[in-house]
Amino acid sequence: MKTLGVILLSAMLTDNFVLSKFMGICPFLGVSKKLDSASGMGIAVTFVMICATIVTYPIHHGILVPNGLEYFDTVVFILVIALFVQLVEIAMKKMLPPLYKSLGVYLPLITTNCAVLGVTVLNIDNSYGFIQSIVNALGGGLGFMLALVIFSGVRKKLEYADIPETFKGVPATLIAASIVSVSFMGFSGLFN
Amino acid sequence: MAENKTPLVKEISKGIIKENPTLVMLLGMCPTLAVTTQASNGIGMGLATTFVLLGSNIVISALRKVIPDKVRIPAFIVIIASFVTLVGFLLEGFVPPLYESLGIYLTLITVNCIIFGRAEMFASKNNVIASACDAIGMGLGFTLALFIMGSVREILGSGQWLAGLGQMIGIEDWQPITIPFVSENPMLLFIMPAGGFFTLGIIIAMVNKLSNKKPPQEIECGGCDNCPMSGKCDNKEEKAS
Repeated sequence: MKTLGVILLSAMLTDNFVLSKFMGICPFLGVSKKLDSASGMGIAVTFVMICATIVTYPIHHGILVPNGLEYFDTVVFILVIALFVQLVEIAMKKMLPPLYKSLGVYLPLITTNCAVLGVTVLNIDNSYGFIQSIVNALGGGLGFMLALVIFSGVRKKLEYADIPETFKGVPATLIAASIVSVSFMGFSGLFN
Repeated sequence: MAENKTPLVKEISKGIIKENPTLVMLLGMCPTLAVTTQASNGIGMGLATTFVLLGSNIVISALRKVIPDKVRIPAFIVIIASFVTLVGFLLEGFVPPLYESLGIYLTLITVNCIIFGRAEMFASKNNVIASACDAIGMGLGFTLALFIMGSVREILGSGQWLAGLGQMIGIEDWQPITIPFVSENPMLLFIMPAGGFFTLGIIIAMVNKLSNKKPPQEIECGGCDNCPMSGKCDNKEEKAS
């Protein structure tokens, strides 16, 4: 059984959701233009991930498994996530209107962020316990935020770079993401 | 929309090249990057997504007048998730190797933006036949993009081509095509995550070059008629323009 520290760090670094599992690419490319919206998005996603895990874990083990309804996982999980995203949206609109504006359409799109559904499903697949699941969600969320924040710095430099016309926009961003991903490969030998 | 045959053919063909969901509209990036370490995985993922897209588009367009506008998003999500569960069962039963290699990304078809995007932009506004054609076109376009990505990465990264395909369709003594020179010196980077980003970047740049259009800029506000977020959007000034 993996210790909590290993789960946290491996979800953050070696198995980073964005850069090595390719989950949550849309917000990664969409919201990473400015540092503050990147960190705001990271916090929102981390919050939704933890809440969704806290709710989906008891639902899976307490209601679905005893009744032999595990195949409803996907449907139930995605509805729980949609609910929490709605809550975050309402809370942010009231409390942090500037951040709400800068996140724009990407806020409701957290629902369709694969990283959130991914973390809840992975917790079940890896048969983590309740505490381990929450730690995994926390690590995943922090890793997502780390990738977004690092990448927003890279993109700032990219804005001033003189790149060929064809590569402007998404292609250059993807290639920069590739280089950031190479740097995360350096963590891969960390735990064995 | 479906009075004569021509528009239907157009619905199918537009998704494959002109409005290719992955390479032109930049939707569904996560599976595009994640499963394309092998060309055969790309085909499998593409076809699974096409099936879900076809099913959800047909059901959503059939129910488009029944589903109230306010709860349409949860309703769509439930329909899509049900089809994903269905595909999961079918693959587990009939194509276990593919089920194994797609793993969690199979569940994640639920949150593929292409499916949700088509439901919102097309199926909720058009009749069943047009929606089915749209789904087939978009699905094939997605499959094509995944196949190209997978081929490039598999050839450069392992020096083989179509390695898993025989297992997938049930041929035991399948010989993958070996590429001379590259197979002795495979560039491992290309089957690693970094190679995925790189390959997709280059392919999109090539598509931009070939289609000779300006690179896709930020999401523009094209009015509320086609916008999936129109219900939530507060941007009334831009709406008018």
